[in-house]
Amino acid sequence: MKSKVIVFPGSNCDRDVAVAIRKISGSEPQMVWHKETSLSNSDLIIVPGGFSYGDYLRCGAIASTSPIIYEVVKKANEGVPVIGICNGFQILIETSLLDGALIRNNSLSFICRDVYIKSENQTSIFTKKTNIAKMPIAHNEGNYFASDETLKKIVDNDQVAFKYCNQEGEVTSHSNPNGSLENIAGILNDRKNVLGLMPHPERAAESALGCEDGKYIFESILS
Amino acid sequence: MLAKIHITLKKDVLDPQGKVVANSLNTLGFETVQDVRQGKYIEVTIDEEDTDIAKQKLNQMCEKLLANLVIEDYSVEIE
Repeated sequence: MKSKVIVFPGSNCDRDVAVAIRKISGSEPQMVWHKETSLSNSDLIIVPGGFSYGDYLRCGAIASTSPIIYEVVKKANEGVPVIGICNGFQILIETSLLDGALIRNNSLSFICRDVYIKSENQTSIFTKKTNIAKMPIAHNEGNYFASDETLKKIVDNDQVAFKYCNQEGEVTSHSNPNGSLENIAGILNDRKNVLGLMPHPERAAESALGCEDGKYIFESILS
Repeated sequence: MLAKIHITLKKDVLDPQGKVVANSLNTLGFETVQDVRQGKYIEVTIDEEDTDIAKQKLNQMCEKLLANLVIEDYSVEIE
């Protein structure tokens, strides 16, 4: 398994992801600086969380113009699995690999706490091992928005990967931390080989971190 | 030449910041304030002589980077 972790100026979850992948797959991921232009021999590409370019202009907007992104888009279109976590999700949205937009949390607050999510799509390579999972979120702009037409398309096409829910797995307005449309926490592309999600599975991938629900997302791709 | 670009949230996108600002203005006694929408203002200095070419390039800049057309509208004004 050859995993690549993209590193931008301001990424801060890149090494956490690398630790999770190393532990779960047993193989060493390769860190790829954003100015590089090749991702040959990749089985999995991860765009990690953080604050790329200090969130200037819009979260993920500047990173989405980095040289490596053209290669990420190319590989995604060839079918290579790509995961964007938190800021990585925002970057994939800005590249248009994923539909919709991530706007400011409806509370106007940065939210850093554990949430529960459940997989809506239970067949994709990312979601098939996860049912209800607890993992942390840490973001200011995670409020998923899409036009009515786009929302209908992603729902009808089974592209909703995860929804925020309560501990029992019920999708309620109370369990929606940020105002996301239909409690959406993560989405897939048309072809289901690109996942973007706001929660951090790498921060809940081993028991020493207090929870290991996040590892099932990595396990399902890496196994 | 100098271009002045306004970027605003589309009408159907909720603007929680604008709502808070509107509430604060109401609290300050500006009771006739009904709604506030916040946006961005960007100045771009561009070395072009032809206004049409400049405008065309600025539109491309907005579409490729400065605005997110899923949630934002933009307008370009050249001085």
